[in-house]
Amino acid sequence: MTTSTTATATAGVTTAQGAVGTAHTRVEGRDKVTGAARYAAELPFPGLVHGWLVTSSVTRGRIRAIDSEPVLALPGVLAVLHHGNAPRLNTDYVGMLGAPDPTAAVLQDDRVPHAAWPVALVVAETPEQAREAAETLAVTYDEEPHDVDFTADRPAAYPAEGQMPAVTEKGDLTAELAACAVVLDAEYTTPEEQHAMMEPHAATARWEDGRLDVVDSNQGATWIQGELANLFSLDPSAVRVRSEHVGGGFGSKGIRAHQVAAAMAASVLDRPVRVVLTRRQMFSLTGHRSPTVQRIRLGADTDGRLRALDHHSVNRTSAVYEFVEPATLPSRVMYDAHAHRTAHEVVRLDVPSPTWMRAPGEAPGSFALESALDELAEKLGLDPVELRLRNEPDHGPVSGLPFSGRNLDACFREGARRFGWDRRDPRPGVRREGRWLLGTGTAAASFPSGAGPSTAAVTAEPDGTFTVRIAAADIGTGARTALTLVAADALRVAPDRVRVRIGDSAFGPAMIAGGSTGTRSWAWAVTAAAGELRERLALGAGALPPEGITVRSDTTEAIAALEARERYSFGAQFAEVAVDPGTGEVRVRRMLGIFAAGRIVNPLTARGQFIGGMTWGLSMALHEETVRDRITGGHYGADLAGYHIAAHADVPHIEADWVDDPYPDDPVGIKGIGEIGIVGAAAAIANAVWHATGRRHRRLPIRPDRVLAAGGPDA
Amino acid sequence: MAPAPLSPSSDITLHVNGEKYPLSVDHRTTLLDALRERLDLTGTKKGCDQGQCGACTVLLDGRRAVACLQLAVAADGREITTIEGLADQERLHPVQQAFLDADGYQCGYCTPGQICSAVAVLREHAAGWPSAATDDVRPEAGPPPLTAEEIRERMSGNLCRCGAYVSIVQAVARAAESEEAAV
Amino acid sequence: MREFGYQRATDVPGAVALLDADPAARFLGGGTNLVDLMKTGVERPARLVDVRELPLDGIEPTPEGGLRIGATATNSDLAAHPAVRRRYPVLAQAVLAGASGQLRNMATVGGNLLQRTRCGYFTDPTRPCNKRDPGSGCPAIEGEHHNHAILGASEHCVAVHPSDMGVALTALDAVVTYETADGPGALPLGDLYLPVGDTPHRETALPPGALITGVTLPPAPAAARSRYRKVRERASYAFAIGSVAAALDVRDGTVREVRLALGAVASHPWRARAAERALTGAPADATAFAAAADTELAAATPLPGNAYKVTLLRNLVVAVLTELAVEAAR
Repeated sequence: MTTSTTATATAGVTTAQGAVGTAHTRVEGRDKVTGAARYAAELPFPGLVHGWLVTSSVTRGRIRAIDSEPVLALPGVLAVLHHGNAPRLNTDYVGMLGAPDPTAAVLQDDRVPHAAWPVALVVAETPEQAREAAETLAVTYDEEPHDVDFTADRPAAYPAEGQMPAVTEKGDLTAELAACAVVLDAEYTTPEEQHAMMEPHAATARWEDGRLDVVDSNQGATWIQGELANLFSLDPSAVRVRSEHVGGGFGSKGIRAHQVAAAMAASVLDRPVRVVLTRRQMFSLTGHRSPTVQRIRLGADTDGRLRALDHHSVNRTSAVYEFVEPATLPSRVMYDAHAHRTAHEVVRLDVPSPTWMRAPGEAPGSFALESALDELAEKLGLDPVELRLRNEPDHGPVSGLPFSGRNLDACFREGARRFGWDRRDPRPGVRREGRWLLGTGTAAASFPSGAGPSTAAVTAEPDGTFTVRIAAADIGTGARTALTLVAADALRVAPDRVRVRIGDSAFGPAMIAGGSTGTRSWAWAVTAAAGELRERLALGAGALPPEGITVRSDTTEAIAALEARERYSFGAQFAEVAVDPGTGEVRVRRMLGIFAAGRIVNPLTARGQFIGGMTWGLSMALHEETVRDRITGGHYGADLAGYHIAAHADVPHIEADWVDDPYPDDPVGIKGIGEIGIVGAAAAIANAVWHATGRRHRRLPIRPDRVLAAGGPDA
Repeated sequence: MAPAPLSPSSDITLHVNGEKYPLSVDHRTTLLDALRERLDLTGTKKGCDQGQCGACTVLLDGRRAVACLQLAVAADGREITTIEGLADQERLHPVQQAFLDADGYQCGYCTPGQICSAVAVLREHAAGWPSAATDDVRPEAGPPPLTAEEIRERMSGNLCRCGAYVSIVQAVARAAESEEAAV
Repeated sequence: MREFGYQRATDVPGAVALLDADPAARFLGGGTNLVDLMKTGVERPARLVDVRELPLDGIEPTPEGGLRIGATATNSDLAAHPAVRRRYPVLAQAVLAGASGQLRNMATVGGNLLQRTRCGYFTDPTRPCNKRDPGSGCPAIEGEHHNHAILGASEHCVAVHPSDMGVALTALDAVVTYETADGPGALPLGDLYLPVGDTPHRETALPPGALITGVTLPPAPAAARSRYRKVRERASYAFAIGSVAAALDVRDGTVREVRLALGAVASHPWRARAAERALTGAPADATAFAAAADTELAAATPLPGNAYKVTLLRNLVVAVLTELAVEAAR
């Protein structure tokens, strides 16, 4: 028995009693700590064969020839797919999240637009055979010159919209800047950064009963189902995508070369084919955070009130795909001014395509904006926290819309109290402890609270338990556990009577795990279906039929009915650093983040989301940088020894907590917490480095060589 | 004189979690791939396949090692413990329980390596081994207390991109308090 | 990775004979570097001779009062050994500063000395590299080189040696012993590595097919007060951008003996002989330490992107020697 319900927007937060709001260990935790949890490359399939991508050895040019014959003669080799024989793909479509990046549409022509571009797929019986065949496949090229040199003053930079206006402006910037008592004008740069999730992109594809069945590691089964259906010109019902456990995503696990290549080979060979990207391949084929060059101009009165704000950002994208890193987004929501201007431009170069990476726009943009606020505070002789509190806007600076809650002042006041900010001596470069100079810094954080249409099914089983089915993805966020708690409360039962099944496109369309929207979007759909089911059961259904009673929900209309508002989470970041001016080493000693981020479903896992984001901010501040080599056009040191992410020893004790933040625009009160932890964190650290040394670092990461070059009181 | 061609494969026996697995292996097969692809022991994870992330950490003759740089043929006859071999039936190893309780993970992909590594860290510490975080490495100085700083340094070969380090360190510290954890 | 034969050697003569018979063979120790290079296609041996089980893993005192370290001793066993920690703390510290606990359990002393550079051009077979592919060029000089050599490099190669252990061993005047089909031999560590010149692909003075059997440390009373400091771009689990191994013997405020070696500055661990000469007999103070460091680094020829290393190494030398001098004065 199945019925459907249409969710309606509700005003007011659900009552605090119940499972939501109390700490619960992960429902899949035991599987994860015993190794029983199986990820995409770990499900066994009879007759499985292995595909290995061959990537270009030149940075730009055309494929002249591919000599498959010797490779096909090697033991175990089954096929060599390339642009001359691979199945044709349809790329003329707009998917769930926009037009496809052609990087995923592999083996369609002879062009090589950037280094390590996929030129062939070798399939063999074993991974060892496939790797050797891929290594020895002879590909010749007509090489062409490349250009990977990204600077802000490239004449080819052009304004680009992406998913938002390229330019916003109000007021007379020139006049306001001229009238300001204090003006700051500074340029900040952030490097190319990598998602570097621990689980490589992996997919196994096979044809079964006329349907393409793909076991994959992704951030949205519905999304990938749609992309594969479009690319292979199939009806979506002929594609099933499963993704039960996902070893991290951070924006990178969308449609990529591995799923497409595996599906192609499965079609050609009619066998299950697994394609796993190597760590090195991930650096060129799975997106990255674009580098940015940002110029910020701030003008203020002597009391710190902003009169002018100009934030201009240029990012780099590939020759084949326009991606806008929307770095001025924080300026569009954080601070108002009489004259206010923001602009995004892009430069297309012969590099891999960038994509969303944890807090796209907000992460690099907040580094620039929140560093600039600190510099302005220094010029004004004003406390950096006080400067921010004096510039709290009433309405969205660009939209003019009211905020659906802000609470940034509460975050700063609570954070300052707990961090001991009132004991801070504002003078830079005066605190020593042995070889270390000590300093503290702060920054504000913001991130949008969004939701996407989703469907869910909740079943009352005859044995008294409940099963929730939703094509959600738990990429480490704790979504599976959060949805269990949300469903339990909506059903008014204990969580141990609820089983949540996710990661299967067969469960119906649902939002992706991205943009911090996943848990909010899915919880909305689950709440709607579970609530309706509870009401039906309350009417007295009598004995349940063997298949139970299922209620389905769809939040499309409810989300469309939301009033226009500025919906954001906010936060205050604090950091203490130690800098050795003799060696340039920077160590973060402690961090504190206080957030206003709606209702916290599971404090145990939520704290991990905030702290994880802050750890990313630390890593971004001190370690992460892809070196795009001008000479070869490739990525220098494309591995985890060359691309540093923070290790255990880099990460001190970090605390995260939250203030009450009612959010009536969501039925559960959820805002989304996956990304805000990184926002502002790098700026807080950079500001602390200034406080320690008296030197500003406007270029990330703050590497030892850059600290040495900047000098300081002791250097 | 040109050397006689050698066979590219060998018959070996892998001793994993107390079981013996006779196997014919391509010499190119790493212990990691043998576990995952041949023995269906997929708890040991492949993060980088280059010894740069620690996700594939197992215990080899009781000591932690990265399975991705260990050729299977060279592990013939050695005692291997993987994440699947730590629990005592239904009862989790104290380190596993501590990770579960402290939420010492997020996506879970680095977790088996972190746990195997942590089990070895407790053993290494119990054996009096110093680390790069140890101020005075001389034996006269005595074994260093297992501070958070010592745990962080000793666990640094296990990357976690989700950024769960803070709770992992808490989990290891909690497990260290358990008497049986270092056994 | 192409197919290869595998043999496990049970004695040293057997191991040496197997390699002698096949120039395309390689010794396999812990495999932490070789297996990685085989996966990326930088190394393509036809045969591996596994030497890990050879009876060469002992760490024993020598009759002269030094220490004999077997080539297959693991890094972990070396760093944990009481005699190493007591008499050569700089060596224990250097080993512990390298890699990770897992890798130190696998890696062997012999393999550590023979590990290849981590230069990103060397490890990427799609790019030119004179060390991997002689005559193909060195993109690092015009390209990315912020962690490349400032001393002893040439226009053919500016890569650095990645070892931490080797820096300490260099400061300790270690002697490398080896075995070949023609018999045993020995080389001071200072003579093991060849100058870069125009043959960066020829890295050591070992005869073809030689198996390192061990490292002998002469007695070094000064090493009782010794230290290794490493600077890297994260706090652990990263290669050095600069390191210093130092031992200092101070009497009445005067330097009686100093041993100083620098890491991540050259194609091999760099013994700072000029600095040692300048310091011997000099006052043990920061001024003298800085002057000595400047003397050594006067020979530096940095590239635009790695000039910071001159400052870094100077400051490191001063900091480490000052710490040792302060300890001595206690």
